Amino acid sequence: MSHHIVEVIHLRHIYPDGTIAIKDVSFRITHGESVAIIGANGAGKSTLLQHLNGCLEATSGQIRIGDMPLTKATLPDIRRTVGMVFQNPDDQLFMPTVFDDVAFGPLNLGLVGADVEKRVTEALIQVGADHLRAKPPYHLSGGEKKRVAIATVLAMTPDILVLDEPTNGLDPYARRQIMSLLQEFHHTKIFTTHDLDMVLELCQRTIILHEGEIRADGPTGEIFRNDDLLTACRLEKPLAMQGCPLCSREADTTKP
Amino acid sequence: MISINAAVIDLKRLELLADGDTPIHALDARAKVLVTFVFIISVVSCSRYELARLIPFFIFPAVIIALANLPTLFLAGKITLVCSFVVIVGFFNPFFDHTELYQIGHITVTGGWISLISLFIRSLLTVGATFILIGTTGFTAVCQALERLGIPQLFTTQLLFLHRYIFVLADETGRASRARELRSCGKKGLGVVSFSSLVGHLLLRTWQQAARIHTAMLARGFAGHFHARRQPSFGMVELCYLLSWSSLFIALRLFDISETIGKVVTGIFP
Ligand SMILES: Nc1ncnc2c1ncn2[C@@H]1O[C@H](COP(=O)(O)OP(=O)(O)OP(=O)(O)O)[C@@H](O)[C@H]1O
Ligand SMILES: [Mg+2]
Repeated sequence: MSHHIVEVIHLRHIYPDGTIAIKDVSFRITHGESVAIIGANGAGKSTLLQHLNGCLEATSGQIRIGDMPLTKATLPDIRRTVGMVFQNPDDQLFMPTVFDDVAFGPLNLGLVGADVEKRVTEALIQVGADHLRAKPPYHLSGGEKKRVAIATVLAMTPDILVLDEPTNGLDPYARRQIMSLLQEFHHTKIFTTHDLDMVLELCQRTIILHEGEIRADGPTGEIFRNDDLLTACRLEKPLAMQGCPLCSREADTTKP
Repeated sequence: MISINAAVIDLKRLELLADGDTPIHALDARAKVLVTFVFIISVVSCSRYELARLIPFFIFPAVIIALANLPTLFLAGKITLVCSFVVIVGFFNPFFDHTELYQIGHITVTGGWISLISLFIRSLLTVGATFILIGTTGFTAVCQALERLGIPQLFTTQLLFLHRYIFVLADETGRASRARELRSCGKKGLGVVSFSSLVGHLLLRTWQQAARIHTAMLARGFAGHFHARRQPSFGMVELCYLLSWSSLFIALRLFDISETIGKVVTGIFP
């Protein structure tokens, strides 16, 4: 299906205050791929992701989702296709209760009654937050908010999942839960993260963003074996690929 | 500043009440909006020296609070709080209005005092009715009902955003003032200078935050319409609810029930 292709062509983004956040970025992600975008703080990851469903407007360059170029006219369709989880869950939760918040998307898609109920329950169970459904979002802990934010997007059954630091601030169990959830999501998924071990487990392909430019784009294993590249981009090897100083376990080089 | 935060959390709690499932909650929002509208018109249109005629109107909030299982103390507290602000507006009435109305012993009751009390009662009733409407219906559903009743969508959407914006503003205020408090080491901050920059900062931050939330709404398919969870259906029950309350309010407005009862009682026991 060409429907799930994400193509970014010579994207450039300059914020109103003159910060050049994205200099010139191009890549093409095909159906079913799982891609991590990594890089230092301020590298432009969040800025890049927000272009993928039109939350930010490109200064120049183009985005194509499936066969559609991203324009004002295609925006509603693209937003239905691309589900986006923001870095800060406070930006995403705005309804009086968790249930209402997760139901917001499905209701806008035109679902009613029991269908909404079902979607919401499924999404909440997937992220392990069903017990929070009656709570107001502003009474949740940081990690709970994050999980609910992910549920709000899952409830819309998007074709392409875009997540900005999905496991940031989660406890180890919840992190695992989100990771296996991502593993089960067989459509295209793109996420940014500083959790490099997660990248190693979930993504065949990694893109390194550095100061608004793509520094590397290739198979995850290859990228993590390139020490010079990692150092230059303020990154380091995932723990699983480093030797263990305590039990003198050898580094795991069998990973992809 | 903590208290601002607390007040807003309370406002949110008011909205959470709308999740109840009593018969009142189940009514179509339009019926509740219309009844509240008739109620407010009837109360507000009473003359400013009216007291006795207003009292019977308390039956409406009392009945609904009981039927809808709303927390009475919480509501009463919020309503009184808001009404005390209203009364500040009418505070000077007694100084300007010296019309003599009653004579109780040696004390002359002037129109100013009566109108102040009347203002307070009327604000209690109208603010109360509005809170009860939101507590039994939810703000989104109220706006949706307004839209279905023919109010232009532009207006209802604005109203909803305003309502959301208040929360955003309060959240940010709470956060920023806590940050300022923690770093001013028990002194009064840096006085006016840091306070004014705090306010400027807040406006920018809330603006950005509101914009981000708007983006998040768009990202989830928001197209200008709000959908409440309950499917609206205006049936027989709603019609009865609307007609019976409205006719009661109009009757209370036109005839002075307390006086009539008074006359009947004095007629029986001369
Ligand atoms: N609204 C804005 N106005 C001006 N500059 C901005 C704005 N938002 C971000 N920037 C700048 O753009 C650059 C990229 O920011 P971005 O949020 O994309 O980084 P990031 O890669 O997501 O970092 P992190 O890992 O910390 O989340 C940064 O230098 C930042 O200061
Ligand atoms: Mg970021």
